Amino acid sequence: MKNLVSALLLCCACAAAQTPSAVAIRNAKIVTVSGPVISKGTVVLRNGLIEAVGENVSIPADALVIDGEGLTVYPGLIDGLSTWGMPGTAAPAVTATAGRGGRGATPTPAATTTPAPPPARGPEDRPSTTSWLKAADEVQPTDRRLESGRSAGYTTAVVFPTRGFFAGHGAVLNLAGEKPGDMVIAPSVGQYISVAGARGFGGGFPSSLMGAIAYIRQIYLDAEHYALVKQAYERDPRGMKRPEYDRALEGVLESKRILLPANRETEMDRMLRFAAELKQPVILYGMREGFDPRAADLLKKANAPALISLKWPEKGRDTDPDEVETYRTLETRDKAPMAPALLKKAGVRFAFYSDGLEQPRDLQRAVKKAIDAGLSREDAVRALTLSTAEIYGVDNRIGSIEKGKIANLVVTRGDLFDDRTRIEMVFIDGVKHKPALEITPAGRGGAPTSGDPGDNQ
Amino acid sequence: MIKTFVAALVMLAPLGAEVTVIKNATIMTESSKGTIKGSILVRDGKIAEVGESVMVPQGATVIDASGQYVIPGIIDCHSHIAVDGGVNEGSVSVSSMANIKDVINPDDIGIYRALAGGVTTANILHGSANSIGGQTIVLKMRWGKDAQGMIFEGAMPGIKFALGENPKRAGNPTPARGAAPNTQIARYPATRMGVEDTIREAFNEAKAYKASWDDYQAKVAKGEHLIPPRKDLKLEALKEVLEGKRFVHAHCYRSDEILMLIRVADDYGFKIKTFQHVLEGYKVAKEIAAHGAGGSTFSDWWAYKAEAYDAIPYNAAIMAKKGVVVSLNSDDAELMRRLNTEAAKAMKYGGISETEALAMVTLNPAKQLAIDNRVGSIEAGKDADLVIYDKNPLSNFAKVQKVMIDGQKYFDRDNEVSGRPAKQLEKQRLIDKEKQDQQRQTDAQKKAGQGARRPQ
Repeated sequence: MKNLVSALLLCCACAAAQTPSAVAIRNAKIVTVSGPVISKGTVVLRNGLIEAVGENVSIPADALVIDGEGLTVYPGLIDGLSTWGMPGTAAPAVTATAGRGGRGATPTPAATTTPAPPPARGPEDRPSTTSWLKAADEVQPTDRRLESGRSAGYTTAVVFPTRGFFAGHGAVLNLAGEKPGDMVIAPSVGQYISVAGARGFGGGFPSSLMGAIAYIRQIYLDAEHYALVKQAYERDPRGMKRPEYDRALEGVLESKRILLPANRETEMDRMLRFAAELKQPVILYGMREGFDPRAADLLKKANAPALISLKWPEKGRDTDPDEVETYRTLETRDKAPMAPALLKKAGVRFAFYSDGLEQPRDLQRAVKKAIDAGLSREDAVRALTLSTAEIYGVDNRIGSIEKGKIANLVVTRGDLFDDRTRIEMVFIDGVKHKPALEITPAGRGGAPTSGDPGDNQ
Repeated sequence: MIKTFVAALVMLAPLGAEVTVIKNATIMTESSKGTIKGSILVRDGKIAEVGESVMVPQGATVIDASGQYVIPGIIDCHSHIAVDGGVNEGSVSVSSMANIKDVINPDDIGIYRALAGGVTTANILHGSANSIGGQTIVLKMRWGKDAQGMIFEGAMPGIKFALGENPKRAGNPTPARGAAPNTQIARYPATRMGVEDTIREAFNEAKAYKASWDDYQAKVAKGEHLIPPRKDLKLEALKEVLEGKRFVHAHCYRSDEILMLIRVADDYGFKIKTFQHVLEGYKVAKEIAAHGAGGSTFSDWWAYKAEAYDAIPYNAAIMAKKGVVVSLNSDDAELMRRLNTEAAKAMKYGGISETEALAMVTLNPAKQLAIDNRVGSIEAGKDADLVIYDKNPLSNFAKVQKVMIDGQKYFDRDNEVSGRPAKQLEKQRLIDKEKQDQQRQTDAQKKAGQGARRPQ
């Protein structure tokens, strides 16, 4: 026993020894994002933070020096809406049983051991709701997709549970860490709401989009009422029936902001109005038709940010070549990658998210498509770093290369989005990680719900 | 020279005060004026004047409708177009929390097709899967506007009820895709008497709910500080029905059930605004008229299920003769495009006049939706929702030429037809572009693949 402990200690010591207290990358091109590009400069990392950055920064004596000749340093990329690290999503059977929450419900049962609960008969049954769930509590550091993300230059992801109408709280997570707690940058940055699965969540209420919307609306009415009753009870419980504890409403009340799906312009309009009605700060995700000029107008007027899926619509590989497609479908496939450039021009805040893409090459190509459609390289980088951090209110700790921020960096040979570019290394909390040359597909798909997060059908 | 002049006119039209004159037309006004030959002056979205001759103000857009017919915009009292994500919240037997207003889909091509068939207004209903369905809304077919822009401002919203086979069908809704048939999903009620019970139970709840709110508001008015009761969206809609703030549109077929619902409504003190489908309405027309309800039926669509067998094509005419306000509806995106001929059938079966027949798709549905102060006939002061046909609209050879809503042109057959080649060309360009892109990608992949296989 004692031997084991000492062996463990030794191991830890080894690991620590491999990570020097300070790292300096010199003679590198530094894309700070928050400030001008430094064509030849130095970044110093210490204790997981950026200690210094600039053209003339003295290199500490104890630092491990990396010669950055020919290298470019960017802030670590952030996936704006991700399931990387979340335990496997998926089989429909599990979905059906997941998250019947609400009043006095038992914890989510395992599909194999407990029979499915009866279908929900109304909002009171809190169908497909796990609003209390926190990605920060669920994350698994062993998920292969973390490595895959790192290999594409991602150091961070805003990870959400994505099952159900109220899926739960997202967390800003670093993509490396010994234990889940090490990975958490911000534990609760928003509630993931979905309306897409209204027909697929087990057969009960709601079974239509309008039912799902009514459900969400009722939950917010209930939450408001719940808060009032609880407040009154806290003030003076004597003579008052105690309010029934409802974890679904607790989870909703704790949410800082909500994420609502919207792909078509009509959906953007609908969801922005809905968020205003619910009086919730909102982030729209999806944005397949973000190229529609009305999309930019709507987002601008509502002063709402958008997360753009990097999974651009494509003609299915198995589609019948003779199938007649609508002009709208064709137009959407043609123009979808133009959305970022157009939203940028209109002054809308936006960021990118992986939406199920896992392979480094796919992620890189997807961003390149937006660049080919008019987005500047600087803006592309921003939409994967500082903009994402700003949207979630964590830009004071990540998103750019600035003194005092968390030492999350990606170092490349060549421009980040070029085909031949190599990701040389990433730093997460100041710790160097080498990208894997080839990523085996992450077996049990942890990809978000579907290719159509905002598909209201 | 002429070309430039025309171009200038076209340019000017949207800029100047919005004045349009339709002249030399046969105008089927559906008002006390009857059918006249003359002109309509449209100003700022409203009908300013109708007569044998009207003054043409300077700068007015003039539409010469010689040999053509103008009718009020067609109103469809029963439609399910322009809805996103399902028209039925069929999971529960009372789904009054669901609201069509939340899921209006202004992109639905059905809207444009309805326009092309002369429809300018439609009552968009929830489906008939449950005894008490979702909330409904009246839309104008303003193709190109957003969801809010489609809503008929000020029109009273409604709620869908349904009697008979659909709500009692066991196992409604169908199980989730891929799921095994699940007996748990079978939903009460399974009989016609269960449907009545469901409605009564819902209104018992709604009455108690209304009482709790009334009590709360009375106490607050007296200065008490109280926590309000829980707001329940399902009961909120039924409370509005009890307060007369929401119309009931009831899907029904059999006469016994029509009488049942009238009794229920009388018991709880609310009114049925329209009976929808109401194929056996001719049997109980007097009772329907006495209740003050309208009847919105099909001309000759029946026998698609057992309860739709005892139908006759004289239904509309008989109900009308007994004093029911009758409209003919589509309940279908395709039928919606030719409601004018549905009206014509009421002339053949029942021998009603041309004016009365046309009223069944214009003025009568307007009355049923209580929007007849705004639309339904061609009269000064009403919305300029007008349809120009090339022939008598009660002929099945008639084609819609132009459709105007609020004085704005939303459909023009000439533009539609002449615009098609350009649209086809643009579509082909996109198809070709995508094919080229795909080819380029395949080539690149092939190249990369060969490179990898080459020995170092």
